[in-house]
Amino acid sequence: MIIHYGYKDGSGEYFISIDTDECDGCGKCVEACPQGVLETRTMMIDLEDKLVATVTEEHRKKIKYSCAPCKPEGRPPCVLACERRAIIHTWKLVGK
Amino acid sequence: MEKEYWRWPEYRRTVPGEDWTKARVITAGVDVGSVSSKAVIMIDGELYAYSIMRTGSSSPDSANKAMERAIEGTGMKLDDIHYVVGTGYGRVNVPFANRAITEIACHARGANYIWGPTVRTLMDMGGQDCKAIRCDEKGRVTAFLMNDKCAAGTGRGMEVIADLLSIPIEDVGPTSLMVEKEPEPVSSTCVVFAKSEAVGLLRKGWPKEMVLAAFCSAMARRIAELLERIKVEKDFAITGGIAKNIGVVRRLEEIIGIKALPRKEGFDPMVAGGIGAALFAKALYEKERQSA
Repeated sequence: MIIHYGYKDGSGEYFISIDTDECDGCGKCVEACPQGVLETRTMMIDLEDKLVATVTEEHRKKIKYSCAPCKPEGRPPCVLACERRAIIHTWKLVGK
Repeated sequence: MEKEYWRWPEYRRTVPGEDWTKARVITAGVDVGSVSSKAVIMIDGELYAYSIMRTGSSSPDSANKAMERAIEGTGMKLDDIHYVVGTGYGRVNVPFANRAITEIACHARGANYIWGPTVRTLMDMGGQDCKAIRCDEKGRVTAFLMNDKCAAGTGRGMEVIADLLSIPIEDVGPTSLMVEKEPEPVSSTCVVFAKSEAVGLLRKGWPKEMVLAAFCSAMARRIAELLERIKVEKDFAITGGIAKNIGVVRRLEEIIGIKALPRKEGFDPMVAGGIGAALFAKALYEKERQSA
């Protein structure tokens, strides 16, 4: 499944979307993130426990600020680090 | 004592004609939300009884209260239940649960039980958050998005307006539909500001139903935005307390251009999560028995 972490507000849309089917919990994106936005966590998916990357509770509601330093309009470090293309970063500012 | 307009009635229900003593597997799902706690009992994977209670300041107490209410009058004891799954915001605090499972999976599974395998998009509109869920024919989640950053589109938002206008919460929806012409939605996406805006409209002489219409319309728009991201695919269903607010439901259907599946009699939309949890409980119980 694809989990979209983040939100849309008056200034734009800010989402980190992780595909838990593709993610194998390798943790490369976690290491690549300079802000500590990501972590790996065990989740119950289809009655099985699986280790996958997630956005931390601390950053989930403020990724607009947490992710800004990476200028995610391009391809931020987390996306580049993922060999399975399991992570997508959406960064759309209103008016741009 | 002054009437509390935001307070909805707590209640319980037993499905008539069912006998739990003949069941092979008895499971329960306890969904402790931020505003309401629901306990659902299923026998051999079919709905037996449930309760819907207000969540108090203590999650474990709320879970206990909901469970006690659900078994009330059935002759069943907690020990008779083979497996309990806790879900919801307070799922780690259900003291008698065997396992906790996120409510995303539980709502999808519950919606699949209530409406069947055609459900593909689900909107859970709860007390303090809104979840947009895509699922497959088995009720497995394929995409998920949650707004818990603000109260717009949630039950709390509704409670604020019900309180402001002194209208019982269950009347908010029907009253909002009594307008001849649909007014502009309140412009704020923030419930705090929407409330101030509502006060302003009342002062301008707007009748209550118009203020409610404007408010419900703004809520519907906010919810539609969430659905935009995961794309609505038919069939579309709504669970959670706001499913009972026809003012928001109708306007949401209008915006997205798709009708929601009608509510099923005997299934309060607030218990979808609990149903899903109880079904997972059955699957996990049987899995454990197999590998034992």
